[in-house]
Amino acid sequence: MSKLTRRTVLRGVVGGAAVNVALPLLNCMLNTNGTAFADGKPLPVRFGTWGWGLGMTQSIFVPKKFGADFDLPEEITALAPIKQHINLITNTQAFRDNYQNLCHYTGWVIARTGAAPKDTKDIPGETIDVTIANQIGGGTRFKSLTATATGDVRNTYSYENSNTPNAPEWSPLQFYTRLFGPDFPDPNAKTFTPDPRIMVRRSVLSGVMDQTKSLMQTVPADDRARLDQYFTGLRHLEQQFQQRLEKPEPIEACVRPGEIKVDPAMGQEAEAIRVRHEMMTQLMVMALACDQTRVFNMAYTNANSSTIKPGYEKPHHTTTHEEPVDNKLGYQPTASWFTRRAMESWAYFVDAFTKVKEGNGTLLDNVFIMATTDHGYARVHSLDHIPIFTAGRAGGQVRTGLHIDGKGTTGCRVGYTALRLMGVDKPSWGVNSNNTSQEIGEILVSRLS
Amino acid sequence: MRVKSCIRAVGTVALTSLLLAGCAGTDEPENPGTPPRVRVITTQQYLNTVGNVFGSSVSMDMKFPPLRRTDGLLANGAALAGVTAGKIETFQRAASSIAAQVVAPERRNYLIPCTPADEKKADPECAKQFFAQTGRLLHRRKLSEEELGKYVTSASQAADQLKDFYAGVELTLESMLISPEVLFIVESSDEKPDKNGTRKLDAYSLASRLSFFLWDAGPDDMVLTAAEKGELDSERGLRKVVDAMLASPRLEDGMRAFFDDMLGFDDFDALSKDPTVYPFFTGATAADAREQTMRTIVDHLIHKQEDYRELFTTRETFMSPALAPLYQIPASRGWTEYTFPEDSPRQGLLTQVSFVALRAHPGRSSPTLRGKALRERLLCQVVPPPPPNVDFGKLENPDAHYKTQRERVAVHLEDPACAGCHKITDPMGLALESFDGAGRFRTEENGAVIDTSGELDGVHFTDVVGLGKALHDNPALPSCLVDRLYSYGSGGAAKPSDRPLLKYYTAEFQKSGYKLPEILRTITLSDAFRHVTEVKKVTSNEWHGPTEEIVIDEQLPTTTTVDASSSSHIQTVALTNSHDKN
Repeated sequence: MSKLTRRTVLRGVVGGAAVNVALPLLNCMLNTNGTAFADGKPLPVRFGTWGWGLGMTQSIFVPKKFGADFDLPEEITALAPIKQHINLITNTQAFRDNYQNLCHYTGWVIARTGAAPKDTKDIPGETIDVTIANQIGGGTRFKSLTATATGDVRNTYSYENSNTPNAPEWSPLQFYTRLFGPDFPDPNAKTFTPDPRIMVRRSVLSGVMDQTKSLMQTVPADDRARLDQYFTGLRHLEQQFQQRLEKPEPIEACVRPGEIKVDPAMGQEAEAIRVRHEMMTQLMVMALACDQTRVFNMAYTNANSSTIKPGYEKPHHTTTHEEPVDNKLGYQPTASWFTRRAMESWAYFVDAFTKVKEGNGTLLDNVFIMATTDHGYARVHSLDHIPIFTAGRAGGQVRTGLHIDGKGTTGCRVGYTALRLMGVDKPSWGVNSNNTSQEIGEILVSRLS
Repeated sequence: MRVKSCIRAVGTVALTSLLLAGCAGTDEPENPGTPPRVRVITTQQYLNTVGNVFGSSVSMDMKFPPLRRTDGLLANGAALAGVTAGKIETFQRAASSIAAQVVAPERRNYLIPCTPADEKKADPECAKQFFAQTGRLLHRRKLSEEELGKYVTSASQAADQLKDFYAGVELTLESMLISPEVLFIVESSDEKPDKNGTRKLDAYSLASRLSFFLWDAGPDDMVLTAAEKGELDSERGLRKVVDAMLASPRLEDGMRAFFDDMLGFDDFDALSKDPTVYPFFTGATAADAREQTMRTIVDHLIHKQEDYRELFTTRETFMSPALAPLYQIPASRGWTEYTFPEDSPRQGLLTQVSFVALRAHPGRSSPTLRGKALRERLLCQVVPPPPPNVDFGKLENPDAHYKTQRERVAVHLEDPACAGCHKITDPMGLALESFDGAGRFRTEENGAVIDTSGELDGVHFTDVVGLGKALHDNPALPSCLVDRLYSYGSGGAAKPSDRPLLKYYTAEFQKSGYKLPEILRTITLSDAFRHVTEVKKVTSNEWHGPTEEIVIDEQLPTTTTVDASSSSHIQTVALTNSHDKN
């Protein structure tokens, strides 16, 4: 159920009155631990996902040591600056049960939905971010935000169902405009001038909602469900209008980023993707700091990644299959080059959350991020030895800096852990062999004592 | 049988019309039609419709989320696609931008058919004129008095509140532009089903089906008027409207949208070439390659009304300055008509940059991707995905020194797990090895002469010109176009039980000399296109209403200075009928 009680509501908006604004959120307003507001209202805990394509090379990716003091083999040396903020769970499996191994699809779909897809059009349930957004995303301006660094609007890991992807933001310029353009309700603005046109908009929207209700009565059941979804979206739009009539609470960490006036170069070169990923990350992090959303998804690449290494004739996906293993090195050097770029961007992503101060810590203390891929060893489309990362401490609920052996159990344990951390009350998650009611206990603070 | 449609027609038109309609002698098989569809409008359909209603100077620069390709077409996804909160936000932003442009001072005088008595006040009469006219075109039907009354009231209230007539029109138009009746193309029938469970689409639904098929936009005044006058119910009336639609310049919009979808040109949006291998292949090259093929198709099929199959052998095309270097010919200013010499290897769509560069890797050609695209896009065949747990490493064995793609892909055929599929993609893909990954002609690869011989379904050839001819003569080529056109026009993939119908369309296509306007006419005039099957509607007992509802107190007093800490919360959230969303 959505609640709209966090923000205060203006009395009187027509005419665009200027409004006095209170001081920004200061540490003195927090409790002594810096984990909650002085009045006891906790800092929000957010959930996010990060996705990269084509797995890893076990021999140079999986640390030899487990626990807190794990090593960083050559494919993941880029993670050194963020090692203390992440957990790496290796040796997990995605169980396809009676279905085919759908190359570059089955693995990530299981990680995100808990169930094996029957074909490449099947998303056998909403993805985990949607479930969590239904739990915690109702009160913010955006229920969730989804972005991709590939520049391709088709690359997303977030689905409401097979036919309803959450399309990603693919253009930094458009993402900036959506978040911080003229409609941005800057919580720290010196004055607040509500727009009387918004009130009219909200009012005329009720007519659209009435039309939707009427139309729902005339269509077949499947289409009625789609119109119901449309109606829910209109409700969210109404809520957005409502929020724009309210003076937002000040947030110290929220700083409107510098305007993006042009998009970076399009293209699939690794460097272009890095640049786009950094721009998208900065926008996403500030959207969270400004409490515009509490659920977020970032696709560094799609599963079937077509990232290019200039001068090498094949894209990442083809490389993983066709590049021979270098006898001296013992691995595919170019395929590993691509994975290393992915790990650099993952490190950048996590680190960006540490740059925002929140309470006594940083934004990263109040998020939980799950990073997944599609295969273990992509070369042979393996569904075992799949690595999964987590990052952040979920408001102090999670320990970080650990390498954990998944012992061949379902990777859905990480998703189940996330659901529990976000307050989704489920006795288990996943279907058939991927079903689990076992969290990754090692990372839970509550299991320490 | 066609007799069936004649019998239906007798009820509505005079015998003379019946004879003119030419029912006799045709043999359309019995087909119940498709289920009635509820399709979400696409970005291009929305843009085309807005352009037709308000003129091309009203535009928007955003795109709605893409549809999921289903059975070969993105358009088939429109009847399945859900609408997320994010998508509605995009719709709203588009609507807001368009409405603001419509009432902008430089446009209001010609887009709003009247001038208010006082710009600072509501003018219900003027608002009514505007919304009656615009609402009919956007809703694709005449608004009822009640519906129109609601829009006018809304515009008047908004105008009073904001003391601005045009702002009232603007914000009400904005809401109309996100109305489900505008964004969803809902098909319905006012007939009772016959004994086979088949019903005729009502006139407005048929008008929309025709218009989105042929024009990729909502129906215009001419088509709506025909629907309102009952002309679409008669064979003669329908034929007249279809003829007018086929003769309209908007047919180009419609067929551009169709072929862009069928050829999978959405892949251009993510096309990227390795700049170190093909430094000359830029974003402009890709855009022009797409446009070149569209111009060739429109000119060949619509302007010249030539044989569809000859698209794959024609030497006639259009050239732009960005493309000329790739084709190794002198550049001219802007787009110009261009005919390749008789002995040129550039013959037909397969040899255009849009095919050979799009279906290739960033830094090299790919016989497999090209063969797969030819099979799937042009012949409607499905090439299975590669099996898991196959070692592809042999494809680039460093000890092997393979010079050409032919030698490299030969490895596919050594492994039985690979050979099955590669035999259906590689032999014709190899003929296209005359073109590198960016689409430039070549005769050698790594110093070795390229062997371009190949085979397509038992027809052998020595080069790409031969491949074009083999494709031209392949019976699956026209039948695939027919299959895709019917799916596209009727809003969803054809079913196995539609096979006799598709066979009939294909035979008609053949009789017409494979002319596109003729097959469009055959499909749109067919019984199957105009009929829908019965579906179970929601009964009142099953009707639950929307899942959740926010109740917001409307009683907000006028201006005040607010002390945030003391404001009271006046919103309540009520669950009227909760579903477990988890």
